[in-house]
Amino acid sequence: MTTQRFTVLQRLLHWVMAICIIAMLFIGVGMVSTIMPKYLSLVAIHKPLGIAILILALIRLVVRLRYGAPSLPADLPEPMKLAAHLSHFAFYLLMIGMPLIGWAMLSAAEYPVVLFSGVHLPAILPQSDRLHALLWDAHFYLAFAFFALILLHVAAALFHALVRRDGVFEAMAPVPLPARDDEVALAE
Amino acid sequence: MAEQRQPPTRHVLGSFVLIAVVVGASAGAFAYTAGWLTPQRLTPNKLVDAFAPPGGPALGHRRNHAKGICFTGVFEANGNGSALSRAQAFARGDYPALGRFNLGTAESDAPDATVRVRGMGLRIVTPDGQEWRTAMINAPVFAVSTPQAFYGLLLASASKDPNAMNMFAAANPEIAGFGAWAEKGPWTGSYAEEQYNSLNSFVFTNSLGTDHTVRWSLLPAVQPVAVAPDELAKRGPDFLEQEIVDRVSHGPVRWTMEVTVAEPGDPTADPSKAWPVGRQTVDVGTLVVQQIEAERDGPCRDINFDPTVLPSGMSTSDDPFPAARSSAYAKSYDERTAEASYYPRTKTEAKP
Repeated sequence: MTTQRFTVLQRLLHWVMAICIIAMLFIGVGMVSTIMPKYLSLVAIHKPLGIAILILALIRLVVRLRYGAPSLPADLPEPMKLAAHLSHFAFYLLMIGMPLIGWAMLSAAEYPVVLFSGVHLPAILPQSDRLHALLWDAHFYLAFAFFALILLHVAAALFHALVRRDGVFEAMAPVPLPARDDEVALAE
Repeated sequence: MAEQRQPPTRHVLGSFVLIAVVVGASAGAFAYTAGWLTPQRLTPNKLVDAFAPPGGPALGHRRNHAKGICFTGVFEANGNGSALSRAQAFARGDYPALGRFNLGTAESDAPDATVRVRGMGLRIVTPDGQEWRTAMINAPVFAVSTPQAFYGLLLASASKDPNAMNMFAAANPEIAGFGAWAEKGPWTGSYAEEQYNSLNSFVFTNSLGTDHTVRWSLLPAVQPVAVAPDELAKRGPDFLEQEIVDRVSHGPVRWTMEVTVAEPGDPTADPSKAWPVGRQTVDVGTLVVQQIEAERDGPCRDINFDPTVLPSGMSTSDDPFPAARSSAYAKSYDERTAEASYYPRTKTEAKP
């Protein structure tokens, strides 16, 4: 049982970013599969949202390095502990890597990286067909890997919350959860 | 302690079912959004694939307008356009222009005299760092009213059914306007003699915040001379490219950019319909083409002339085509950059 929780700032960042990233992935797969006028609206959201996620991820990384994370329950099997640590590492890589890959991909295609009307970012790579093709593939396939990782993360979170009931879910829950009846019974 | 915390078996089963439902529903929603559950959705992949000639696409080339030649020059804005749009490209001044004369074909080696539609891709860059990209063609109206109908046209053109085009025309009568031009409109012997039209409408916003829906055209300074297509066929497969190289080597070639302003009720969403004559037009400047370069190593080769790359002061309108074109052009660009090794470059790409 772990009773420690992530700091308020960490929980806030987690849940805000969860909404942003899930929206981002849906926008991404939606926009590349349509030719309707909404294509342009989706692309127009995708770019600034990606940069917002990049900034939030960098803040979150600093906060994580500063405040750390609650330790996992001592009785959690080693493979699950390893999976938890690796998945967190993968999340940080993707949260920081995906926006950079997208930005680099647009740069390599010599597209202007427009955030808002009149506000654009500089290119971070010179035009290059080969790099564009590589980055496009990376952005596309990593998006599916990212979504799969999120599904795994949600399944694991619910497993901790509903089956193991070991306090791991509560550590990141947006609000403190009321103690369950059986826990109250245990405490008595 | 750990054992005491374990919930009853029935509860565990229920929890696993709940987890499976949450994960399954999320994966399903994602698959739906990606279009995997709706095979009838018109995706950019389908649209781009429909351009492919029977022998397959010209690898490494644009999926349409595959044959072309680059140019560089300058756009000389006269300042008149500022009344319509606050884009810097319309403030009096000279701005570098880069473009591509091209043929509306998926074959990168099509003989020039066999292709009815000629086009121009153009990019104007202004000191504020903004870009205006446009891709125009010489037809006065587009063939169809909607991107879906355009996809239908591509399928009908490629169909082995001899009646497919007639059936398509019956279902999409707006094609008659384009058809009349294709059949009876004049052919010319030069890219310099063509008028290039945006066809799609866009919204211009001026510094007062007033919107106007517009289309634009590049009107050639060179007087067009009609030449019969069979006469053009005798000039060789690349006569247009040779002619423009020769012409520009003797001096710059010019077009006047004319912006036409729609009035309420004009068919702004339908590029197959011309606007009534007598609409206000504004001459906003001159495109001066100063140098021609082969596409192979030319500056236009790696540019996607996506018509939705617009500076502040310009935006898309209710015309559904620019979005569809942007989506399809991006797909075409993704494909051709992935096939870069097939493209007949003469110089090796600098390693970044």
